[in-house]
Amino acid sequence: MAHPANQRKKPDCGRWESGGREWALPGKRVWPLHLVTPVWNRGTRGTRGLSRAVAPEGSQKKGRSLLQFLADRFYDVQALREYLLRKQVLKVHQKNRPFTYIRERFGPHAAGAYFILKQGGAVKFQGKEWIRSDARGHFSLDFLKFQAVPVEAVDASGCAINYQGLDSVCEWAETAGLFICPSVVGSRKDHSASPPPPTVALKELQSLWLQRCPHVDDWCLGRLHPLANSLQELSLAGCPRISERGLASLHHLQNLRRLDISDLPAVSNPGLTRILVEEMLPSCQVLGADWAQGLPSGPEEQSRDTASPLPA
Amino acid sequence: MLRRALQPGLSRGVLGRGLGTHRGRSTLGKVEGSGGYRGSWVAPVSSYVTFRTRDPTHDGKTVGRLGEGDQNGKVSEIKKKIQSVLPRGAWNPLRDTSYLPPEHSDVVIVGGGVIGLSVAYWLKRLEKPQGAIRVLVVERDHTYSQASTALSVGGIRQQFSVPENIQLSLFSVEFLRNINEYLAVVDDPPLDIQFNPSGYLLLASEKGAAVMESNVKVQRQEGAKVCLMSPEQLRNKFPWINTEGVALASYGMEHEGWFDPWCLLQGLRRKVQSMGVLFCHGEVTRFVSSSSHTETTSGEEVTLRRIHEVHVKMDRSLEYQPVECALVINAAGAWSGQIAELAGVGKGPPGTLQGTQLPVELRKRYVYLWHCPQGPGLETPFVIDASGAYFRREGLGNNYLGGCSPTEEEEPDPGNLEVDHDFFQDKVWPPLAQRVPAFETLKVRSAWAGYYDYNTFDQNGVVGPHPLVVNMYFATGFSGHGLQQAPAVGRAVAEMVLDGHFRTINLSPFLFNRFYLGEKVQEHNII
Repeated sequence: MAHPANQRKKPDCGRWESGGREWALPGKRVWPLHLVTPVWNRGTRGTRGLSRAVAPEGSQKKGRSLLQFLADRFYDVQALREYLLRKQVLKVHQKNRPFTYIRERFGPHAAGAYFILKQGGAVKFQGKEWIRSDARGHFSLDFLKFQAVPVEAVDASGCAINYQGLDSVCEWAETAGLFICPSVVGSRKDHSASPPPPTVALKELQSLWLQRCPHVDDWCLGRLHPLANSLQELSLAGCPRISERGLASLHHLQNLRRLDISDLPAVSNPGLTRILVEEMLPSCQVLGADWAQGLPSGPEEQSRDTASPLPA
Repeated sequence: MLRRALQPGLSRGVLGRGLGTHRGRSTLGKVEGSGGYRGSWVAPVSSYVTFRTRDPTHDGKTVGRLGEGDQNGKVSEIKKKIQSVLPRGAWNPLRDTSYLPPEHSDVVIVGGGVIGLSVAYWLKRLEKPQGAIRVLVVERDHTYSQASTALSVGGIRQQFSVPENIQLSLFSVEFLRNINEYLAVVDDPPLDIQFNPSGYLLLASEKGAAVMESNVKVQRQEGAKVCLMSPEQLRNKFPWINTEGVALASYGMEHEGWFDPWCLLQGLRRKVQSMGVLFCHGEVTRFVSSSSHTETTSGEEVTLRRIHEVHVKMDRSLEYQPVECALVINAAGAWSGQIAELAGVGKGPPGTLQGTQLPVELRKRYVYLWHCPQGPGLETPFVIDASGAYFRREGLGNNYLGGCSPTEEEEPDPGNLEVDHDFFQDKVWPPLAQRVPAFETLKVRSAWAGYYDYNTFDQNGVVGPHPLVVNMYFATGFSGHGLQQAPAVGRAVAEMVLDGHFRTINLSPFLFNRFYLGEKVQEHNII
């Protein structure tokens, strides 16, 4: 399936460009990393790993240490800072809330599509064109009429999707294919008491792009296993929280043909990780760090039986 | 001079009754000695100069500059005295007692491992109103050199046979997944527990296949994502397994794996300190209790005991501090049996409730780390063979951790933590090499030993109050799966303490009474 960005540049380009940077879809704003962290919230860097990538400016540092100084001495200021921290977290939760009404009314595919579009992503239904929200976050609601048309591709690049959001997307993909996933304690789903029926092979979601998503981490990758039958393309480029431990759980996705794991800052050894992932998924083209990266000098001795690497 | 006096960064004592906020600064790295953190009641380096007279040899630094040096010394003394009087200083007019525990504490938690800290966290989180309960955690070894938490292999799974265990594990996974929301401390970096979501693979021979099937059914009912695999499917998925002798396998697809227990411990410690829990580096040596006699409904005489004081002895000294307390929580892990004995549990004729001891004892277990260059790849789950031997991958470099639980007859002497390498040669390697042929060539890199808080009765945890020693609560005896249930057990004990009953997960089958009544809650899937 040709990516729309490729359609823009070269007509027959089915291959991937390097680094994932050409993946910018037409009309989509790509937010650079440092704009994601709100500047007004000076002291509350606790749970946002992205802030580590930003060097604090002089005034920010002074502001933070004053707040810290006050918080050490006054309960009120400490409570205020904890409240601000909690608000950050709740904001992400609010973005990932499930839209149960839409699911009941319009079906699981429409609900999943609405969720992705609301986050700022793009959705492609089978046989239709890409649907995405414009710069102000508005999108057409025509897709709500597609009751049984499955979603073929999802582009959630740069969205604030986290485990809970991905959980609902995968759940909707599963219920669409009549696979009732056993519920998990602590989630908002009902507790299902009966064992699940045998699964029906899903030929549904084929491509999933999660590039530069700040909240996608190893747990989310473990959640992707129900899409094993259909998923052929997965892109995780630039996600700051994914490490090699999460990549190990991708071996469920045996139908995967293209995997992009380039530019993952949390992976400790990108070259070796790419080799191990290629060994784990033999029929998949893995785009990642050059395998000689990190080696001091000399040729690589490990044999590799996968497809030839693309020029990095 | 006023500005310097108000400077943060000096070591913080505590204004005994909680008038100031105490931000203990704990590092996330390993603790070397006792200098790892500045907790509220531990002052490894007390820079507070109290009003006792200085050592005359202190003036040795003024050699050559007699008049000036004297003045400088006096000025700094005065400065420190002023700092101790201002807010956030420790006002110790008579003697520096910042290393001692407080004289009164509502709850005393014996044991500062992951279970004890989890109980402290949930007590502080669920208490109403906030700040109502004073909690003291007493830990005798701050380096955690023998603690089961630090020496654990770190796995978490839902593949148990008892439904309560599955629920505990499911909640703990949810806790770990959202650990940075539960344990967030302002201005501290987020925690990375290095979770590997690779799942568990349990193998069963012909004998155990029926039991495994019924277990998986229970697990799926509770909400675990486990699937059964035939030997054929197993070979397709993991070509490095030799499926000879394997009749059935159960594989956890999600929410199972392994993580870094030390990170969880330090994260809990950091958060718990920020919530105002007091720490004490000492050992519990005595409980002072009173007894009262009552009659049961059937007219039987029964003696109820109530603990009033806990004597905490300081490290490497004879000094002790009696701490008056309302509740004691026994989370001492492998040494819980000794603590229970001190409290008078089990002092009575055998066969009665008074005479029922806490059946938790130390058991030594070995873990070996080896390197196998041709070993299984990145997708390797935590494999538990039918024979009881287990292994998992460690890192990217084809290193593997594994071991095996010895049978009752071969139990090693738990007096020390020395490793027996012959055990690996005889008991661990042969079954693993038979199951994974690539393990025929391997090289053991290192090994260590740790303790299980082994419940000899039924290998499941003991949670809840003791029927006769009315204010002692247990949270121990998990026999190797305490780490993976710690967050949920902490919450359950906190609910029991604060509400009097279990609210979210009903752990009544795990109460102490079952030892007297003989109701075993046997867990089959213990490694």
